[in-house]
Amino acid sequence: MPTRRATIGSILGAIAASSARAADAITLLNVSYDPTRELYRDINRAFSEQWKSKTGQPITINQSHGGSGAQARAVLDGLQADVVTLALAADITALARRGLIGADWETRLPNNASPYTSTIVFLVRKGNPKHIKDWDDLLKSGVQVITPNPKTSGGARWNFLAALAWARRQPGATEATEEAYIRALFHQVPVLDTGARGATTSFAQRGLGDVLLAWENEAFLARKEFGETDFVIVPPSVSVLAEPPVAVVDSVVDKRGTRAAAEAYLRFLYTPEGQEIAARNFYRPRDPAVAARYAAAFPTIALATIQDFGGWDKAQAAYFADGGLFDRIYTPGK
Amino acid sequence: MTRRSALPGFGLTLGMTLTWLSLIVLVPLAALVVRPWELGLAGVWHSVTDPRVLAALRLSFGAATLAAAINAPMGLLIAWVMVRYRFPGRGLADALIDMPLALPTAVAGIALTALFAPHGWLGEVLAPLGIKVAYTPLGVLVALIFVGLPFVVRILEPVIRDLPIDAEEAALTLGATRFQTLWRVVLPALIPALLAGFGAALARGVGEYGSVIFIAGNMPMVSEIAPLLIVIRLEQLDYAGAAALGLATLLLSFTLLFGINRLQRRLA
Repeated sequence: MPTRRATIGSILGAIAASSARAADAITLLNVSYDPTRELYRDINRAFSEQWKSKTGQPITINQSHGGSGAQARAVLDGLQADVVTLALAADITALARRGLIGADWETRLPNNASPYTSTIVFLVRKGNPKHIKDWDDLLKSGVQVITPNPKTSGGARWNFLAALAWARRQPGATEATEEAYIRALFHQVPVLDTGARGATTSFAQRGLGDVLLAWENEAFLARKEFGETDFVIVPPSVSVLAEPPVAVVDSVVDKRGTRAAAEAYLRFLYTPEGQEIAARNFYRPRDPAVAARYAAAFPTIALATIQDFGGWDKAQAAYFADGGLFDRIYTPGK
Repeated sequence: MTRRSALPGFGLTLGMTLTWLSLIVLVPLAALVVRPWELGLAGVWHSVTDPRVLAALRLSFGAATLAAAINAPMGLLIAWVMVRYRFPGRGLADALIDMPLALPTAVAGIALTALFAPHGWLGEVLAPLGIKVAYTPLGVLVALIFVGLPFVVRILEPVIRDLPIDAEEAALTLGATRFQTLWRVVLPALIPALLAGFGAALARGVGEYGSVIFIAGNMPMVSEIAPLLIVIRLEQLDYAGAAALGLATLLLSFTLLFGINRLQRRLA
């Protein structure tokens, strides 16, 4: 018996030693939404160099991308994400409600835990043949509008809210005129892709539609990818301030022992270097100094915030939940 | 109950059959059956009779049935040619038939969309004729015909191969016309297999997601399929609602397939 105990002890000792060695090299998983592939590729490279030089510890950051809602669900169903960097606060709140993340996540980091912002702009074809300048031009007959489905895409929800923000600021606006505008707008939509990338592909590669409602960063990227001369970005007079939030997944980092690195990773996004990378990837930086340097790249647009719609919970229930405004557009006789 | 067989082992094989079926089929299905009821009976009823849900179910089952009905005669023709004739390139054609099974469905969907989009090779030809395929219910039908074809062909081939040629020869020598031989001798022998192929293609079509999602356009009430609505409910973390819709699809499919099986047995 004693020998047996000694054997078990030595095995445990060996496991402990090997896990101590494993702690030398560390991996993080960043579960993110669709259009951030390029951003986090750059961030990960810069952060891992900085972390290595500071702590001497090699670090690998894996990234996973998909629709924001689907990604949140994957984490909920057990995907071991150390950090989540999603499109909507609502998706992180869903994780917090189920106890994976502390309820105070939005105040743990500056600026509502969103290190960069973006907005919704129009992407039109070369020479803007349909003369699309602002939201009311989208209703002109013969104009086809491309947007993904707000039910499945976080970006599409921002598109929807941007349109609503404009309608709300028109003289004599009431709830009825806002709803009428949204109905008329979706009447011009021929296809509802499930995600932002799918919509960009439909517009840029399949040649579908006259205007794409897109994340500003996605619009810049589409021009870079599919031709600077073939597409023009048109900033509307009113849009929304999209604040894509980030959070450490408490239940995962505590289990894996990766909290220090995960927190440092998210804080890195707020450093001048992280902000510079965000700006280079067409996200609007929060840091005033960096923002000033890139001011020319980002046009000034009057931006509504999610608080103007009563916060995500209210907006979700009023517009996107079952029986909400988006459903009513497509349900006959209601 | 037991049928005499040269080999022993009825008890053991039946035991393994039941265990395996329960593990692989019954347990996951049971989870699907249990989940929706947290909505209550009225909630489940409400969640599967919503106009948008009904439109999606109609499209999914309608397009799958139509696609299977088109695949049945075309698949029969292809299977007949593959079994009865030898021609150059037959091996290649044989491999092609399996492509829809081997190809990841998303790849098939994207390829079909690129082909039928307004600026695609085929879309460009069809557009002046006023025919729109991509982003319409017609696109759903095209995708389902694509994924369903191999099922009909592969189920019919061995049956045609086993068809005694002397029956056809006898019919001809007894004075039957070619059409009579086909109609009264060949087809009746193939009907059960044809039904089985139809059923398999139909079942595949109802559940198909990957290839359809790219070409359908996904407009609510028009070109939105039932599996997409299930995904949408999952995105909203409405697991019970998704399961309710899954259960409704399952019951409809089961009823259809059960009916086809019964019919098949009666005709066999």
